[in-house]
Amino acid sequence: MGDYVLLAISCILVNNILLMQYLGNCPFLGTSKKMETAAGMAMAVIFVLVLAGAITWMTEMFILRKFGLEYLRTMSFILVIAALVQFVEMFLKKSVPALYTGLGIYLPLITTNCAVLGVCLINVNEDYNFIECIVSSFGYSSGFGLALILFAGIRERILLARVPKPLQDTSIGLATAGLLSLAFFAFKGMI
Amino acid sequence: MAKTITQEFTKGLWKEIPPFRLVLGLCPVLAVTKSVENGFGMGVAVIFVLVGSNVLVSMLRKIIPSKVRIACFIIVVATFVTVVELLMQAYTYPLFLKLGIFIPLIVVNCIPLGRAEAFAYKNGMIPSFADGLGLGIGYAVSLTVLAAIREVLGSGTFYGHTVFGPSFQPFNFMIEAPGAFVCLGLMLCVMNFIGKKG
Repeated sequence: MGDYVLLAISCILVNNILLMQYLGNCPFLGTSKKMETAAGMAMAVIFVLVLAGAITWMTEMFILRKFGLEYLRTMSFILVIAALVQFVEMFLKKSVPALYTGLGIYLPLITTNCAVLGVCLINVNEDYNFIECIVSSFGYSSGFGLALILFAGIRERILLARVPKPLQDTSIGLATAGLLSLAFFAFKGMI
Repeated sequence: MAKTITQEFTKGLWKEIPPFRLVLGLCPVLAVTKSVENGFGMGVAVIFVLVGSNVLVSMLRKIIPSKVRIACFIIVVATFVTVVELLMQAYTYPLFLKLGIFIPLIVVNCIPLGRAEAFAYKNGMIPSFADGLGLGIGYAVSLTVLAAIREVLGSGTFYGHTVFGPSFQPFNFMIEAPGAFVCLGLMLCVMNFIGKKG
């Protein structure tokens, strides 16, 4: 049990997917201008990533490794993720409309979120077992959500500040992300 | 088509240079630019994928039905990424190990997919080739420049060769994650500054 807790902490804080592993930066900068969009994106990523982590793990173990098809990993994972996202979208629209209106517009974007594919690949590369895979998917996606929401909070404040013209928008955003990343740097060596 | 082939090619080098003007494909820009070697290798891989997928998509644009086009683009891009992955594994194994999961992640890099959707699906083969090559080279150049800044300041070397004398203290901040963000942000600022003037 302790191992799983450690793994979760390491995924959320120490190896934060956005600020330490540099994955998922396009939605990080794209959806962090407002708190609401950031929260929506964070929820959608957590939801999809846990599902995608489980399914790609099964694909790897039961199909690719069994038949020696590891070289098709990239292609099969991205197809599985794209299909999963599409399926989740249709399922939510039909049965949980409230959740769908909340997550709706962020779901299609997730297919091209490299954090999702990245975590699925990390899970497989590290040879995690099924429970570890779920824990790490959940940990990484919560870390993503945490960083995204923190960053959105900071960015809402930056809007009120007077920023020099060339530095505006993405540029100051990246510099801020650098400082946030420096803060997360303090967790390094904790585990 | 008012634009000539040359214009399609050169727009990728400055006007629409991918990581800065389009702000797409940032993850590898931040992750692999610890050293010039990695940055350049990644750039070459992206050029190959981008040119290949652009040409193939423009050749197939009459066959691909518009409703499932995104899925088709993903498969085309994933095919080329797999080719690159296997080629790098065979010929440049140390680089393959260093770039790690960022090679498969070219699939979700947004640039090949974005160009397929925005350009190759609407244009012929030769303009698409020029577009892919131009943007690819623009991307590779940006990666190499950023990597050069970070490597020279962060570890005092350039492409593995020592630049400064023995008294140089490496500026460790630059090769770690926070330095990547700050450095890219400042580069973007410089680009904006020059762009506004010109």
